[in-house]
Amino acid sequence: MQKLVSWIDERLPIVDAWNKHIGKYYAPKNFNMWYFFGSLAMLVLVNQLITGIWLTMSYNPTAEGAFASVEYIMRDVEWGWLLRYLHSTGASAFFVVVYLHMFRGLMYGSYQKPRELIWIFGMLIYLILMAEAFMGYLLPWGQMSYWGAQVIVNLFGAIPVIGEDLSLWIRGDYLISGITLNRFFALHVVALPIVLLGLVVLHILALHEVGSNNPDGIDIKKNKDENGIPKDGIPFHPYYTVHDLMGVGVFFFIFFIVVFFFPEGGGLFIEAPNFEPANALKTPDHIAPVWYFTPFYAMLRAVTVDLFGLDAKFWGVVVMGGAIAILFVLPWLDKSPVRSMRYKGWISRIALAIFVVSFVVLGYLGIVPATEGRTIVAQILTTLYFLYFILMPFYTRIEKTKPVPERVTG
Amino acid sequence: MRKLIFGLFIAILPALGLAAGAAVPLDIMEPDHTNKASLQRGAALFTNYCMGCHSMEYARYKRVSEDLEIPASLYEENLIFTGAKIGELMKVSMSKEQSAGWFGAPPPDLTLESRLRGESWIYSYLRGFYKDDTRPLGVNNVVFANVGMPHVLVDMQGLCAVEPRIGKGASVDPLSGNINNADACPEYAIEGSMSAAEFDRSMYDLTNFLSYMGDPVKVERERLGVFALIFVAIFFIFAYLLNREYWKDVH
Repeated sequence: MQKLVSWIDERLPIVDAWNKHIGKYYAPKNFNMWYFFGSLAMLVLVNQLITGIWLTMSYNPTAEGAFASVEYIMRDVEWGWLLRYLHSTGASAFFVVVYLHMFRGLMYGSYQKPRELIWIFGMLIYLILMAEAFMGYLLPWGQMSYWGAQVIVNLFGAIPVIGEDLSLWIRGDYLISGITLNRFFALHVVALPIVLLGLVVLHILALHEVGSNNPDGIDIKKNKDENGIPKDGIPFHPYYTVHDLMGVGVFFFIFFIVVFFFPEGGGLFIEAPNFEPANALKTPDHIAPVWYFTPFYAMLRAVTVDLFGLDAKFWGVVVMGGAIAILFVLPWLDKSPVRSMRYKGWISRIALAIFVVSFVVLGYLGIVPATEGRTIVAQILTTLYFLYFILMPFYTRIEKTKPVPERVTG
Repeated sequence: MRKLIFGLFIAILPALGLAAGAAVPLDIMEPDHTNKASLQRGAALFTNYCMGCHSMEYARYKRVSEDLEIPASLYEENLIFTGAKIGELMKVSMSKEQSAGWFGAPPPDLTLESRLRGESWIYSYLRGFYKDDTRPLGVNNVVFANVGMPHVLVDMQGLCAVEPRIGKGASVDPLSGNINNADACPEYAIEGSMSAAEFDRSMYDLTNFLSYMGDPVKVERERLGVFALIFVAIFFIFAYLLNREYWKDVH
């Protein structure tokens, strides 16, 4: 065995790679529960890839056969129901862990210098993930698949001049059709996963270059022992591999409760109208995107005024796009001398709390039908969402921060 | 942070109720897929009264016969009218073009109806027909206004002369089979062969069968789920102990 390893290592630096990324990657020893979600995201990604490959074996990507083939998987394919529920629940689980992972970043300033690129790669992963989820949702070819895709693709039509042609180009047809289904299938199972995997590699390479942040937001590399090992660092393997195993256990417990007992997630993970085959002539009463898109959907609907001769729908798209785009520049909006919320001032804490509440409530508003009152609430919350970012350079500069300790705590 | 997770949970709660999404009040129906006798009666009712028009084209006869413990020979003899083989999908012989002409819209496939509309909706709908001479078929439905479907169960239920009081709490207790509040219809224009309580119990069976058809693996899934959770729980204990062992010297 040893000989085999050294034979390979002379030709490919596997020992080096193992040490750099796992065996001698020194992570801060004070990670708390918020640090589970990165590895859990990886776990869910693997789940999606494996179940996805097996689903592809029985799925039929045509307008005529898609819906029936999903039911074929659910009823006739051995363990097909399990593969599909793992995949459909996995999609929602992916967003759960990614949102919590991102919140961790916001809380502990993990995007701050020198981790700007990690944040940007992470945001790109999030963006691709949204595209992946959106295209995947069309594949069962149910009513909500169809009309959800119709609504979202039509959004591109709101762009002045090129809009109509753009949405036509995306659909490949004048309405969502089998042609759209075919290309979404290709993108969902081939193109986007490749991009996603590449971005995950970049995300981790960039992380391992500068090292992990921690709940105290301090740089553990400043305090090294005589061997050049950070005093507050600990090898990722075995310490965090065994640690993450616990997280995997807790995650699977919750995940399996959904998969085996509530696979529809109360209508949030698989929406009831999706049990009816797509019908271009019959619009569902209420079209709602899946829960992970609803905060942005609520922002889109919150914009109700025409401006500069362009209609409200266009500005809604701008706001929705802006809500995601502004996250990319976050590392340059935070001017605080400290990273972690533990040492930031009370303004930052309140701002983060307002931001989270806004996002969650917007998510709820995006699920329920819009009313006049709800639209006003959505407008206020959308404003708060943006103020969190726009005002950040000011409040992070003026607020009084607490002194940061030399070594990690707790 | 715990508050945050709790808040998140509270925020999505109203959406859970939304899944049913019906504005019409419904009588609650709790399906029981372990009640094989009820499912068998439901299968017989469905085959005899519904399957002339409504297909179950995503399901196979064989699966139903196995799951419901109806011997294949008995099933083929009594519950397949189209001459189909037992391994085939449960289709109907009526073409969609014809039925669209007859009823205004083709009768929908019902394999997934219980997951599309919910069991309570089906249970209420089946008991919601009443006499309405303004409609082409002379009947209307309180749950599905101006529905194109005729009241095919009229020989059993009879025809209610006025709008039946659906959503006032009529239900079948799945354990005892007792009928609560069966008098949804105060006055009949045509008398049926069954009493209101008998009819409600039959509609419970029929709805139960539709519920099973929508999610045939439910019982097996939940049985396996228990083992999956026990496995994960044991896995967690070992992971916890392993973690504690490794981390005991880290300060």
